[in-house]
Amino acid sequence: MSEHAASRTFYVALGISLLVLTAVTVFAAFVNLGPFNPVVALLIATIKATLVVLFFMHVKGASEKMTGAVVVSGFFFLAILLALAMADYLTRAWR
Amino acid sequence: MADSHATAVETAAHNPALLHHFADEQQQKDAASLGMWLFLVTEIMFFGGMFCAYLVYRVAHFNAFAAGSQQLSIGLGAFNTAVLLVSSLTVVLAVNAAQRGKRKQLVVYLVLTVVLGLTFLGVKAVEYAEKFEKHHVPGASFAFTESFDDNGKHIPVNPKEAELFFSLYFAMTGMHALHMIIGCGLFAGLAVLAWKGHYTPGYYTPIENAGLYWHLVDIIWIYLFPLLYLISRHS
Repeated sequence: MSEHAASRTFYVALGISLLVLTAVTVFAAFVNLGPFNPVVALLIATIKATLVVLFFMHVKGASEKMTGAVVVSGFFFLAILLALAMADYLTRAWR
Repeated sequence: MADSHATAVETAAHNPALLHHFADEQQQKDAASLGMWLFLVTEIMFFGGMFCAYLVYRVAHFNAFAAGSQQLSIGLGAFNTAVLLVSSLTVVLAVNAAQRGKRKQLVVYLVLTVVLGLTFLGVKAVEYAEKFEKHHVPGASFAFTESFDDNGKHIPVNPKEAELFFSLYFAMTGMHALHMIIGCGLFAGLAVLAWKGHYTPGYYTPIENAGLYWHLVDIIWIYLFPLLYLISRHS
C-alpha cells in the first residue's frame, strides 16, 4: 500500500490484457492440444490470477513485506492439499 | 510561517482515523491489509477444498465431467468472466480515486462495481434457470441423457457421474455467487458512506479491504471458468 498509486492508464491496460487472456483461453479450448488443453487453460488462469494479485491487489510494491509471505503461504498450502490428495487418488491402481 | 508549520504538524498527528496503538498511518494501513489477507487465505483454503473434490472426481469420471461441461454455455460463461474482470478494474480505480480524494469518482466506480456484480448474478440466474428446465439440478428430478461428444464419437455416460459434476458445479458457482451477493452489499454500503464523505486520502481502509475481497472472488472465478465450462470443447 505504498503511496506510489500506479497510473490509471496502467490499470486500464492491465484490465484489457486480462480480457484478451480470457479470449485466448476460450480460443485455446477449441484447439485440440490433446492432454495439454487443461494445462494451457490453467496456465492462462494462473497468469491472470498472478496479474490480479500483484497489481490490482497491490502485493507488488507493498510496504509490508509480510503480506507477500502470507499470500505465498496461502497458495503453498493449497498446493500441498491438492498434491497430497492427488498423490493418494492417482495411485489407487489396486482397487 | 513557523506558526502555520506547527499547526500542520499538529493536524497530521491528530488524524482522527489513526488509532493510538499504531505508530503512523502507513503502519495502520499495512496492518489492516495484512489482516485482510489472513482472512483471504482462509477463503483460499475454503474454496481449495471444493477445487480438490472437483479434481479428484474429474480424474475419476472424466467422460461424465466433459459431457456435463459441454451442456454449459461458453458464451454466458465468457461474458461473465469479462464482466468480473471489468468490475475488478472499476474496484482498483475506486481505490485510486479514494487515494486521490476524488469523492464523486469514487462513488461512480463503487456504483459501477455493484452494477457489474448484479449483471454477473443476473446472468448466473439465467444459467441456473436453464439447468432447472433441463433437469440438470442434482436431486430427485435429475436426468441426464446426453453423451460425451469426443471428436464426433458419442460416448454414453453414467447419469450418476454427471450428477456429481453438476453437484460440484452448483456447490462451487453457488458459493461463489454467495460471495458476489455479499460483495455487492458491501460495495453498495461503501458507495453510500463514500457519498457522505467518510473516506479521505488519509483513511480509505474499508475501500481497500473490500477491494481485496472482490479481487479474490474474481480470482476464484478466473479458475472456475476454464475448469467448469471448458472441458474437452475441441472437435
